Amino acid sequence: MKNIRIIPRLDIKGPNLVKGIHLEGLRVLGKPEVFARYYYENGADELIYIDIVASLYERNNLLDIIRRTANEIFIPLTVGGGLRNIEDMRTVLRAGADKVALNTAVLKNPELIREASRIFGSSTIVVSIEAIKQPDGHYLAYTDNGREFTGIDVLEWAIRAAELGAGEILLTSVDREGTGLGYDLELTRKVAQSVAIPVIACGGAGKMADIKDVVLEGKADAVSFASLLHYDFVGRQALEGDFSEEGNLQYLKSGNKFNRVQPASLLSVKNYLLGSGINCRSSAAREKVNV
Amino acid sequence: MFDNIRPKVSIIDYGMGNLFSVQKACEYVGLEANVTFDQKDILKSDAVILPGVGAFGDAMSNLNKLGLVLALKDLARSGKPFFGICLGMQLLMSESEEFGSHQGLNIFPGRVVRFPERDLNGSKIKVPEVGWNEIRMADQVGAWDDSLLRGVASGEFMYFVHSFYVVPESKDAVLSVSTYEGIEYCSGISAGNVFACQYHPERSGQRGVHIYRNFAKMIKNGGRNNDE
Repeated sequence: MKNIRIIPRLDIKGPNLVKGIHLEGLRVLGKPEVFARYYYENGADELIYIDIVASLYERNNLLDIIRRTANEIFIPLTVGGGLRNIEDMRTVLRAGADKVALNTAVLKNPELIREASRIFGSSTIVVSIEAIKQPDGHYLAYTDNGREFTGIDVLEWAIRAAELGAGEILLTSVDREGTGLGYDLELTRKVAQSVAIPVIACGGAGKMADIKDVVLEGKADAVSFASLLHYDFVGRQALEGDFSEEGNLQYLKSGNKFNRVQPASLLSVKNYLLGSGINCRSSAAREKVNV
Repeated sequence: MFDNIRPKVSIIDYGMGNLFSVQKACEYVGLEANVTFDQKDILKSDAVILPGVGAFGDAMSNLNKLGLVLALKDLARSGKPFFGICLGMQLLMSESEEFGSHQGLNIFPGRVVRFPERDLNGSKIKVPEVGWNEIRMADQVGAWDDSLLRGVASGEFMYFVHSFYVVPESKDAVLSVSTYEGIEYCSGISAGNVFACQYHPERSGQRGVHIYRNFAKMIKNGGRNNDE
């Protein structure tokens, strides 16, 4: 069995790491590069940064965060959110990203996948799919954090994206995102078994068993999650630093616990998966920064 | 030598993939890294890195257009440290079967082949291999001490992205092997001043950075891996 990748997902708004429910209702948690470094040192296999506002006016914040991250972190970094064309992709890759995640732009113009994979290489191109289950049981792809309806069938789209040259699929269940109710196993399995490229499952992890389930039952090649790790780290660190005037700071100020998830560290997640017969990179449970 | 100046490394830029992380890793271990396709710069530098992701045929065609094929062959013979990564490892072979047959740099006699579509049990496998995999010491290698893997443990995890792998004619050059979906392949080769790996050390955490640190030491030692 191959090694499953564990990929912390960091949603970024302006200079801050945020976390929402169903990709909305945001809470500010801290500085993304601080979380990124902590996850790197504790055995993350890759990192994903998603600029959830994706406003061109705030792009400089994102580029600064990517640059600071790339200076000290030596694992793959995927960046997505509002990348509209080849030039946008080139800009984040030059800042230090290894892969780009594309959603809206490639749904509007699927040929952009072919063009981008020809220019940057397939392994650089991650097609991000935001899926919502319909009353008839089908899954449709959405854009703009699940707000914009496209009418495009998720399964057909995943197959087409792979044919056009996508290197990986980042599959987010908008229904489950931020709820802690577990991954959408049916969605993940359907997509993972239909394409020959890796599928990264995202959205819904509330406890370690959910991660095991999406690998064993959902057939995911990689798993991405946020809340478990973020709330574990927030619980460990003394809150400090300057958070700008955006986002909802109430959570941080209140000191309340987030009760939809059971916080867990990367080390405990990996040990749990290994104990469940799932292979993953284990020796680097804790990276020493000066070898 | 090099007590006060940073050794200069040329990272060969031939239009195949993002070289940023390779440059960052070089700088992190104290090397001055220039991303360049200028033959004069490359020949003048203390060491070279041939990185790259993408198609073998396109890569050779770009190297030909840039007039770098002979320069790279000369460098491999020159004794200067030469580090091939991913596609840059595959290009060192004599030929590849990727989309028809293509001639490589022929620094190591051998071929580049694709993972099969099915494993030994007939189940479909996902290609490319994307992710972390162990590198194990090849059987005929007693130790990694005389290579850039000095200080890396057999079984250490490194980050891979590839659909093809190398099959050297001689096992003597094979430094490490890895196994994906039951298929064992060569993940690292070495001969004299030339070292190449299928994985991306610059994306493989601190263990990968350690390989860059060994590379920097090798340059300072004038192309030797040990301190003798």
